[in-house]
Amino acid sequence: MVLGGGDVIRFQNVGIRYGLGPEILHDVSLRLEEGSFHFLTGASGAGKSSLLRLMYLANQPSRGLISLFGHDIATTPKRDLPGLRRQVGVVFQDFRLIDHLTAMENVALPLRVAGASEDQVREHVPELLSWVGLSDQIDARPPTLSGGQKQRVAIARAIIARPKLLLADEPTGNVDEHIAMRLMHLFEELNKIGTTVVVATHNKALVTGFAHPRLHLAKGELKVLKAGMPLPENDDEAESEGLQ
Amino acid sequence: MPSAPVLPLTRDASSRFLPWLIAFMVWLAAMAMAAVLVLSSFGNQWRSNLTGTLTVQIAAAPDGQPATSEQRLNRALDILRKTPGVTNAEALPLKRISDLLAPWLGRDVVTETLGLPIPRLIDVKIQPEANIDVAALWERLNKEVDGTQVDDHGAWLDRLIALAGAVEAIALAVLGLISIAAIATVVFATRTSLTIHRDVIELLHVIGAKDEYVADQFHWHALNLGLKGGIAGVLLATATLLGLGSLWSGVESSLLPPISLKIWQWACVLSVALAAAGISTVTARITVLRALGRMP
Repeated sequence: MVLGGGDVIRFQNVGIRYGLGPEILHDVSLRLEEGSFHFLTGASGAGKSSLLRLMYLANQPSRGLISLFGHDIATTPKRDLPGLRRQVGVVFQDFRLIDHLTAMENVALPLRVAGASEDQVREHVPELLSWVGLSDQIDARPPTLSGGQKQRVAIARAIIARPKLLLADEPTGNVDEHIAMRLMHLFEELNKIGTTVVVATHNKALVTGFAHPRLHLAKGELKVLKAGMPLPENDDEAESEGLQ
Repeated sequence: MPSAPVLPLTRDASSRFLPWLIAFMVWLAAMAMAAVLVLSSFGNQWRSNLTGTLTVQIAAAPDGQPATSEQRLNRALDILRKTPGVTNAEALPLKRISDLLAPWLGRDVVTETLGLPIPRLIDVKIQPEANIDVAALWERLNKEVDGTQVDDHGAWLDRLIALAGAVEAIALAVLGLISIAAIATVVFATRTSLTIHRDVIELLHVIGAKDEYVADQFHWHALNLGLKGGIAGVLLATATLLGLGSLWSGVESSLLPPISLKIWQWACVLSVALAAAGISTVTARITVLRALGRMP
C-alpha cells in the first residue's frame, strides 16, 4: 500500500519493545519530508538506535504504522523489502565493516548486492574512496585502518548506491573535529542533491554548528525541535539531552 | 581481481569436518547400495537358475535289489518324459551320487559291496511357461513307483529369497537412515555457520540483499563440500567393493554367484556422491532460506 506521497518516512504512534521487556519507544509519530536534514539526539538508552533500526527496517514495531517511501511496511510483501532497504544508506556506530574484505570490497558491497556490474564497481568505488580521502587505502583491510578511516569507509559504503535516505548513527564519534566537520559537509552536499539525512549524535558542536531541526528522544518519547531552538545551558542538562 | 566471498564460510570449522563426515556417510551409503544391488541380483539369479527344474527322488527298491531299483527308475523316467512340458529328464549317474555322498559316507558307498539303499535322483528340465501341476505329477509318479518324491525347490528357494529380501530391506533402511543423518548434519553445520556469520548476514540484510543472495553463498559452499566428501566416499567404497569382490571370487560355491557389479550398478553406486552433494546443497539452501525468512 502506498501512503503519504512526499514523505520519505512516516511513523504513526509507533512503539517497540524487545521480547517481554519494557517499551523502548512510545507513540512515536514523525514525518521526514524528501530532502530534509535532521539531527537525532537523546541521552544514551533513550532509544536512538531503536528508532534508527526501525527506520532501516532491521526491526518491526510492536505497534503503530511505519511507511517508507510511501510503502506501508506492515503490508508490503516481504520480497519487496530488499528493494526499499537499498534506498536507505546506513552508517553504523560500530562501522560494521567486514574484516576479511578490502576497503574497496566493503564499499562495493551495496552495488554488488544490487547486481551492479563489475565495470560500475571499478568506476565508482575508487572515485568515492578518493573523495573521502582514502585513495591510498583501497586494498587495505579494516583491521589495518584507524578509527577515522574505518568511519570514512563505512560512510562511503552507505552512500555508494546513492540512497534516498541516509541514516548515520554517531558518524563523527571516532574522528577528530576537523574530520567531523568535513563529514558533516559531505552529508550536507548529499542533502543538497536530494538525499534525506538523519544524523544521530551526541556532538553539541555539530548540532549548534549546523542549522537543522532535531528529533529529540527522551524516555522513549520523541519531540521535534526546530533548528536554532536554544539548547540547555548547563552541562547536566546537556548530558540529560545527550549532548556533550 | 576476483573479489573475496562476502561470507568466509570456508574458514568455518564445519568446512573442515563436514567433507570427512560426508565421505564416511557416502561410503556407508555406497556399501548399502551395493548390498541392495548384489542381493537383488542374487535373488534374480537363484530364481532363473532354479525355475524350470525339478528334482525327482526315487526311493530304493523295498527288496534291495539293484535291478528292481533300475526298473523303478526307468518307469519314473518314462512317465516324466511323456509328461507335457517336460523338456528333459535324466537320471543322475551313480558316480555323481557317490561323489555327492562321499563327504559324509565315504567313497564307493553305492557299490553292491555295501549295498546301502541309496535313492536315485532324476534331474528334470521343464519349459518355464509350461506351468506343470507338480502335485498331480507327484501323485501320478507315486501310483506307478511308490516312495517317489518331487522337489520343485520352491520351498527352500522362497526362504532363501525371503532372507535375501530382508537383508535388502535392511540395507535400504540403512540407506534411508544415512540420508536422514546427512541432512541433520548439514542442517546443524549450516545453522552453526549462520550463527557465526550472523553480523555479516544482518548487514547484508540491512543493505538490501535478497535472501537468495545469502542462500546462494551457502548453496555453492555446501555443493563444494558435498562433492569433496562424496567423491572421497565413493572412491573409498569402490576400493572396498573391489577388495571384497577379489576375496569373494576365491570362495567356491555354486550357491553364491559372483558379486561383480554391472556398469549400471556401478553407476548407481557412484551416483551416491552426486546424491550427497545434492542433499547437502538443497538442505543448506532450505535451512538458510528458512532462517532468513524469520528476519524482519
